[in-house]
Amino acid sequence: MPIQVLMPALSPTMEKGNLAKWLKKEGETIKSGDVIAEIETDKATMEVEATDEGTLGKILIPEGTADVAVNTPIAMILADGENAAELSKAPAAPAAKAAESAPPAEAKAEAPQPKAAHHPTAPASVSEPEPEVPAGTEFVTQTIREALRDAMAEEMRRDGDVFIMGEEVAEYQGAYKVTHGLLQEFGARRVIDTPITEHGFAGVGVGAAMTGLKPIVEFMTFNFAMQAIDQIINSAAKTLYMSGGQMGCSIVFRGPNGAAARVAAQHSQDYSAWYSQIPGLKVVAPFSAADYKGLLKAAIRDPNPVIFLENEVLYGHTGEVPKLDDYVVPIGKARVVRKGKDVTIVSWSMGMTYALKAAEELAKEGIEAEVIDLRTLRPMDTETIIASVQKTGRAVTVEEGWQQSGVGAEIAARIMEHAFDYLDAPVARVSGKDVPMPYAANLEKLALPSVAEVVAAAKAVSYR
Amino acid sequence: MAAPKKSVVAKEAGQEKANESPPEFTKAQELAALRDMLLIRRFEEKAGQLYGMGAIGGFCHLYIGQEAVVVGMQMALKQGDQVITGYRDHGHMLACGMSANGVMAELTGRRGGYSKGKGGSMHMFSMEKNFYGGHGIVGAQVSLGTGLAFANRYRGNDNVALAYFGDGAANQGQVYESFNMAELWKLPVIFVIENNRYAMGTSVSRASAQSDFSKRGASFNIPGKQVDGMDVRAVKAAADEAVAWCRAGNGPFILEMQTYRYRGHSMSDPAKYRTREEVEKVRHDSDPIEQVRSRLLAAKVTEEELKKIDAEVREIVNASADFAQRDPEPDVSELWTDIYR
Repeated sequence: MPIQVLMPALSPTMEKGNLAKWLKKEGETIKSGDVIAEIETDKATMEVEATDEGTLGKILIPEGTADVAVNTPIAMILADGENAAELSKAPAAPAAKAAESAPPAEAKAEAPQPKAAHHPTAPASVSEPEPEVPAGTEFVTQTIREALRDAMAEEMRRDGDVFIMGEEVAEYQGAYKVTHGLLQEFGARRVIDTPITEHGFAGVGVGAAMTGLKPIVEFMTFNFAMQAIDQIINSAAKTLYMSGGQMGCSIVFRGPNGAAARVAAQHSQDYSAWYSQIPGLKVVAPFSAADYKGLLKAAIRDPNPVIFLENEVLYGHTGEVPKLDDYVVPIGKARVVRKGKDVTIVSWSMGMTYALKAAEELAKEGIEAEVIDLRTLRPMDTETIIASVQKTGRAVTVEEGWQQSGVGAEIAARIMEHAFDYLDAPVARVSGKDVPMPYAANLEKLALPSVAEVVAAAKAVSYR
Repeated sequence: MAAPKKSVVAKEAGQEKANESPPEFTKAQELAALRDMLLIRRFEEKAGQLYGMGAIGGFCHLYIGQEAVVVGMQMALKQGDQVITGYRDHGHMLACGMSANGVMAELTGRRGGYSKGKGGSMHMFSMEKNFYGGHGIVGAQVSLGTGLAFANRYRGNDNVALAYFGDGAANQGQVYESFNMAELWKLPVIFVIENNRYAMGTSVSRASAQSDFSKRGASFNIPGKQVDGMDVRAVKAAADEAVAWCRAGNGPFILEMQTYRYRGHSMSDPAKYRTREEVEKVRHDSDPIEQVRSRLLAAKVTEEELKKIDAEVREIVNASADFAQRDPEPDVSELWTDIYR
């Protein structure tokens, strides 16, 4: 029976790619390990190696085809003694055996793509234009990855004291390609590859910031920043206070935070609650592409240490970004993304995908949810939350992090303190489950919040 | 002139220095070194007293015995060079030219302290004097100091950063992360390891597989030198060499300063881990201040001249103690300031 070659996934979060080139022709002999094709994502070109021997019987997806979904059969390989007539016998459904990409993605340097099947796609249509955007402003469609890069490039052009350092930020062009092109524009003096030494380079960044430079320190993920958390908290966050206001630290610590996909417990933790507890830090966790850009620019200009929590799954998501010379979104302001009168849903970053999808479901059942994107976790925009709860009388928080001492717990406490008399039901929290992130796909899905859980919580607080 | 005494500390470490006798100081240098070391010693003795009276709280780590290290290092610096250290930091601040009043008032937690009373003994800074702290987490200042040097290189100036740490901190992981980056990027940083032989109560031999700290940078190709840290002239000579190396763009340099602290690790340390005789022997044989005094006397400087310096120093210290006890505590509104700017 002919063997199907399937479109490979190059990373845990990739869902489609372009078939750039076939390196073997139909009828050619193939040995295991031969490179048979090249596949492109928006960040990288990877080679596809054959894992089976035989003859390339038929190319199913011609070169130059864009957006080929992962696991789509792209070719058939005939084993010895098989002929082209056998091709029709091949099963139509995707076979278990897929060609593998080379080299395999490493634990530290996977180059992932968004995976909409696992996490709902960002509904760009829901986004309202930012109030600070003048009427008639043109918008460009950008991925969040591009919005982040543009924010850094613009700030580096504007201020020679701004530089970026981290693992693979320069020559590799970013482990997640967020720093793509920065080395070419700004050179090795300002785009600095560090050794794998988070504790050390975080301290070097803070020391440089104490002299007045404005470092952007990229952590490949915030999971690895735990090695550096002493420098972030004890040195960066506390020095202004301990020096009686004499010496501060203008620095941005940024990188992907929270769960990616199928990378298990050590690579899938949400640090929102951790950092948002620390006086002296500002903590930003945007959702939309426009906010990623505008808030990163604000973070770089901020004279304080800013924790900028990104989300790997969102990097490839697109959104409308205002085409303005200097689009800066102020830190500390939440945004009402969807208006409603029945129940308030508060979330941020990846949590917004569940919140917005749930709001759509609820609307079908006649419940109008108001969805607030917090955007900044510290300082927290309590006013916007309270104003909404005073209107709706009900609130649900949504986060990927754990419930105990979580950001949702903080929001619930603030609502109780400031809007107790307006509440018609206790605040409900939807969160990541109280377990380390499991690897198995079904368990991972259970460990994360879901749209259904948000819908159920909203209904519960509405007594419906 | 009497032959320079070789310090007992250096002898016990079993090292032989190529340059047995460091270059002589001029009389002016000797007098300046004496005055600066005396200021630190008298200041620390006063701080110890005030601690005993309850005027200073928390942790208080005294620098008595180690004065030659920071005074000799400072003599090799120029305007714009930066200094950063750990928690045993009063001496470094005074050597950098920070005012005794400001340091002492910070120890007593008063508004006239360098950090308005919000930092305390371990956390003081002076942008004006390029003193970057005062850090309470053992070893953290090594990465931070490497960052200061990074900034010098980024800005293209020829300033040098001094990162001081102890024999205890020398075993922290981030020290080696910093060594690697400093040499990789040729950063102008001198790692000054103040080996006072005890990390709190643990002697070097009980904590360090490689007790020659000048070799701790060997795997990164960082040159290192063991220095008699009780002889301010030896410290100055080594500092000159290291500073020249760094300023010329050759990358970092490690100086192991073999020194000794007379007092406990902190005020609450009864120092049961060493004998009284051991302390007395170091004091008697190689006290950094006595070394300079005896050289000056041998060079026909009169007791009166030396007493004058002592009196001047005591006056500064007494004034600082008065100020630090009279100065009001910070206004309660200060609780909520300086968190963000």
